[in-house]
Amino acid sequence: MDEIIKVSALTTHYGTSKVLNSIDLSIRRGEIMVIMGGSGSGKSTLLRHILSLNHPSSGSIEILGKDIWKIDTEELNELRKKIGVAFQGGALFGSMTVEDNIAFPLRELTNLDEETIKIMTRIKLEIVNLSGFGHYMPSQLSGGMLKRAAVARAIIMDPQILFFDEPSAGLDPVVAAELDDLILNLRDAMNITIVVVTHELDSAYKIADRITVINKGDLLLVGTVDEIKSSDNQKVQDLINRTPRKQSINAEEYLSRLTDNI
Amino acid sequence: MKYEITKNTSHTLLSLSGDIDLHSSSELRKQIISICKTKAPLQIDLEKVTYLDSSGVACFVEAYQLTKKNDSEFWLINISNPVMQVIKLARLDSVFPIR
Repeated sequence: MDEIIKVSALTTHYGTSKVLNSIDLSIRRGEIMVIMGGSGSGKSTLLRHILSLNHPSSGSIEILGKDIWKIDTEELNELRKKIGVAFQGGALFGSMTVEDNIAFPLRELTNLDEETIKIMTRIKLEIVNLSGFGHYMPSQLSGGMLKRAAVARAIIMDPQILFFDEPSAGLDPVVAAELDDLILNLRDAMNITIVVVTHELDSAYKIADRITVINKGDLLLVGTVDEIKSSDNQKVQDLINRTPRKQSINAEEYLSRLTDNI
Repeated sequence: MKYEITKNTSHTLLSLSGDIDLHSSSELRKQIISICKTKAPLQIDLEKVTYLDSSGVACFVEAYQLTKKNDSEFWLINISNPVMQVIKLARLDSVFPIR
């Protein structure tokens, strides 16, 4: 199977704290890769690097065979046309209708006729079960509908790679399950590579071909759902069994933190 | 994408090959509209289509609508499985006449 995304020795520091520690990751064509980790694990930072929104301290990322930090702006823009992103909050323009939001990338980045754009937009609304809501403003949609509208915009250009940032966050279980089904349908019908960043275990188990587990900037494990469940790595088990973190207190250091500069 | 237009006595055949995507669908639309202006029934052969995206599907939707307006006919033939998946995702497999 082809390698679509290749992350090599990716390291990021914010000041003195290391957010990602020499991450190596390979994502294959047509698979659903779930990147999991707790809050502050570095999973969202990794996603921002892959989307070329933030520059890492060191390491490289190749997408569709191109090193995203070495290609010029024109090549990067061409590459971005092959990538769709459904951001956590939807990131729709509040002043535009849902239909205009979804059509926006086509109007900005292609020379397609308006008739084609309108039909494509309505097809995507149909795919995400928002048919009839195109004339609504984003503020008139529920949380689940906003997420689906964001998916429609993310797939409007028929991308080769689709990223989801916390797709189930803030959704009730039924709506979250519907979104999981939509992700699986998109992969099966469009044969696209999907990367999902989430901390929702149920969703990860349902949709993932493979799961990458990150903890405090370290890549702990990459494996299938069964491999993750049967891992003997204690940190992986803590994450999937939701074991509360044990606070080890160094008394002297703690006292010093409380009284620093007092 | 490449295309070939064959005018038969009963209909016009549009044979397509290669990738139908954001780069090629404008040309496809131009050809479809041109054929629809003749009001001849339109048959589209997809046997040699290697990739179809939703901009191509949108062209077929418009073609179907135009032929209906002209009281003419439109149908698709020789649809490969990957192309059918795209049509199915758009929920058009039970809408388009497929022979």
